[in-house]
Amino acid sequence: MFPIHLQLGARIVEFAGWEMPVQYEGLREEHLAVRRAAGLFDVSHMGEIEISGKEAALFCQRITTNDIHGVKDFQAQYTLLCNHRGGVVDDVILYKLSDENYLFCVNASNTTKDYEWIIGADEDFQVEIEDRSGKYSQISLQGPRSGAILSECLSSDMSTLRRFYFLPFTWNGMEMLIARTGYTGEDGFEIFLPWERGPLLWTGLMESGRAHGIEPCGLGARDTLRIDMGYSLYGHEINDDINPFEAGLGRYVKMDAGDFIGRDALTKVLADGVKHRIYGFEMIDRGIPREGYGVFRNGTRIGSVTSGTLSPGLEKSIGMGYLTSDVALGDRIQIEIRNTFREAQVVNIPFYKKDVN
Amino acid sequence: MVQIPDELKYTGDHEWAMEEGDLLVIGITDYAQDALGEIVYIELPSEGDEITKGDPFGAVESTKAVSDLYAPVSGDVVEVNEVLLDAPETINGDPYGEGWMIKVRPYDPSELKDLMDFEDYAEYVEKEMEE
Repeated sequence: MFPIHLQLGARIVEFAGWEMPVQYEGLREEHLAVRRAAGLFDVSHMGEIEISGKEAALFCQRITTNDIHGVKDFQAQYTLLCNHRGGVVDDVILYKLSDENYLFCVNASNTTKDYEWIIGADEDFQVEIEDRSGKYSQISLQGPRSGAILSECLSSDMSTLRRFYFLPFTWNGMEMLIARTGYTGEDGFEIFLPWERGPLLWTGLMESGRAHGIEPCGLGARDTLRIDMGYSLYGHEINDDINPFEAGLGRYVKMDAGDFIGRDALTKVLADGVKHRIYGFEMIDRGIPREGYGVFRNGTRIGSVTSGTLSPGLEKSIGMGYLTSDVALGDRIQIEIRNTFREAQVVNIPFYKKDVN
Repeated sequence: MVQIPDELKYTGDHEWAMEEGDLLVIGITDYAQDALGEIVYIELPSEGDEITKGDPFGAVESTKAVSDLYAPVSGDVVEVNEVLLDAPETINGDPYGEGWMIKVRPYDPSELKDLMDFEDYAEYVEKEMEE
């Protein structure tokens, strides 16, 4: 895909060993295009790990915190891999092809770590574990117009595909998986396709999308869109030493789903409670909260910022961070920005709420 | 090509300064705005504040980076371009014109001699681009 992005005038950065487009026209324009029309992201850097075999279902439950029992064929589920200490190895989307075949979509920077961790978790299950990351490109089409654009491009009605379901689809002789998932808070599709065919679909979607106001989007907009939604990003809100309850991801941990790795540690966390957890806040004073900035209350340090931005859609400075768990909604806090303390207020996540009309 | 007007003076931190009567107008260079990318936020001092040569007097944030602004000279701030607070992207579009940041009354006008002229700055930028 790289030559296409350069043609579009993208600014390129290196991320997890990949040369990635961080922005094309401009972050603000890209962010707003996704909220109002559609945006197209090349997310081929994401990893894909396939689990197959007789005991694939049993094994997938063993390594994930969510309950996979109710997941149907061609349904997807957001779930977590946790270590024995209850820390988050990665947050992933699990795609169920059948009881004997599952695909994990994992964070780029974690692909190798996850793969090795999953292999290490295979005590003696009858499963095959394959890193398929080199086989798949992934293109993400996001925004309210994405259903119309995809249907037009593929000459097939995609509006009936339900959220968090996916389907195999053949287009121009290539087999793809089309999932109605995303990381932006908008309707959208994530499409897995053969590595070398990425540019064909990209070009097709850009053409079909032109009349709908599609914009190619980079990692910058991907980040501001996910911050709007309060979605965790591995390496910022979550890591191997943070448990799902601290990260506000407790609803993806189902204690009675089975004996998954990390369950004992998480049972203890539930009993003991957490000392600090993720909070969202909005700046009252001017300033943009950035990762690592200190958070204070009445002169006492109570935590630090994990992500923050000036949201192009909300036109507000917003942030997330780990704060002591006695902090309550509406509390005034102070963020240390360039040696001055700026007022902020604890608010609900997500920051962005879609108008329901 | 980055623009480096002949008539301005420059700092190693990529601020420019222009004499306007007995005042000095200050902003950031074309090279700086290009390297920063889309500027989304700016912090500037207020009228009446003092700035000190070599110390930060404000900051700009782009979608890629946060960068302090350093005072080319010491002096009193007499005017602030408040347009930038609501439209910081003005700096990207016109760094030497509409994107000016503050006007300062220098305590010691001879401090201006410590700044680079356009030729020295062009050389300086060239070196930085090679790195």
